[in-house]
Amino acid sequence: MELIIDITLLTFLGLTALAINRIDKLFCVIMLSGIYSLLCASLFVTMDAVDVAFTEAAVGTGIATVLLLSTIGATETEQRSAPHRPLFALLVVCVTGAILVYGTMDMPAFGDPNAPIHQHVAPRYVQQSQHEIGSDNIVTSILSSYRGFDTLGETVVIFTAGLAVVGLIGFRGMQKFGDRQRAAGVTQNEMEQHLVLRIVIKMFIPLILLFALYVQFHGDFGPGGGFQAGVIFASAFIFYTLMSGLDAAMRVVSPRTLSYIAALGVLLYGGVGIATMLMGGNYLAYNVLRHDPLHGQHLGIFLIEVGVGTTVFSVMVLIFFAFSSRKGLRQ
Amino acid sequence: MNIGAHYNYWVAIFLMMTGFYVVITHGNLIKKLVGLNLFTTSVFILYISLAKVKGGTAPILVPGVEVYSNPLPHVLILTAIVVGVATTAVGLALVLLIYDRYGTIEEDEIRLKDDSL
Repeated sequence: MELIIDITLLTFLGLTALAINRIDKLFCVIMLSGIYSLLCASLFVTMDAVDVAFTEAAVGTGIATVLLLSTIGATETEQRSAPHRPLFALLVVCVTGAILVYGTMDMPAFGDPNAPIHQHVAPRYVQQSQHEIGSDNIVTSILSSYRGFDTLGETVVIFTAGLAVVGLIGFRGMQKFGDRQRAAGVTQNEMEQHLVLRIVIKMFIPLILLFALYVQFHGDFGPGGGFQAGVIFASAFIFYTLMSGLDAAMRVVSPRTLSYIAALGVLLYGGVGIATMLMGGNYLAYNVLRHDPLHGQHLGIFLIEVGVGTTVFSVMVLIFFAFSSRKGLRQ
Repeated sequence: MNIGAHYNYWVAIFLMMTGFYVVITHGNLIKKLVGLNLFTTSVFILYISLAKVKGGTAPILVPGVEVYSNPLPHVLILTAIVVGVATTAVGLALVLLIYDRYGTIEEDEIRLKDDSL
């Protein structure tokens, strides 16, 4: 049964990818890529990767689609040029693909419990993490404790990407644009006429925020954690921006505040590491934070997940603000 | 040889090659980025396929369950997804800047304008 679902989903993924290749209307391409992400998320669930599915659904379907849509809103909506040397490209792709398929012949079968990947560190994570870390969700244990260094690096990458986007396109002209609009008596808000949408969104926002907090603090026991929670929290703000316009959203939380929050998240993460060093342990070895090592682990994981969550949340909202301020300028 | 044993890997390769094809043939910069996303997602699928253990369950400890799928690739991919969207955002920001400067997001038109300078 599982195999049939797996094969069906994979086949649909292939068809969606082909459709993305063929269609010229960028709006359709973006919608298809959203569908593609949802299919991916379902596939990850069937392969037991619930945390990954959660992230893919929130990021791929939500944030990525919104960002792509704001980009076509500020640029062009249709591809005008024909494919460049399609036959030669097809040849290159087929040859590369054939070589890769040849490479898979040596790989262990799908789901084989004796595959090399399951022999090295994974058994220790599965068998010992309960005693060493104390969290039910092994993914959270690895993410924030065993491999805390990696996650710190990734949080810094996200922070840097946020800085890069703001540095590249920034919020230039925003103030002037808002003033001009207000002087002309134009409401910037296109949603004014859509009463049903506005009311539904208004009802959804508190629920989304609550859900994000649940995901943030429940990451030890079930799927979830800082990355997912940050993205979900940001999507509530994106909803609010769509409903009441960029001006209003920036009054709730200004880009300047957001960039402070983003930096604060990274600092909190790095600071926990410094704290453990000052208390006599290694960098990010949470055992020393409390008398009982397991309590120390719990506190450490809690703090760095909060750091990750705030950074991801504020960077996503910052990026969204930067993109939608472009759209405002173009109008 | 059993088809089901490698089907996941082959589809991952097929998706990767489709993404690759989109990136190299299409001149539209936004479509290129979507193609790049296809490419990255195919790598995610490959990693998660490797992590699956037959008869295993999601790596959240439950009393009475002995077999879990490998959690390590899940961690790698989870963070890669969020990093991926952040870097895509940087790419889209560059597209916006290019549109400001050239008034188009088609590669050949950009090249024409470059040559005419």
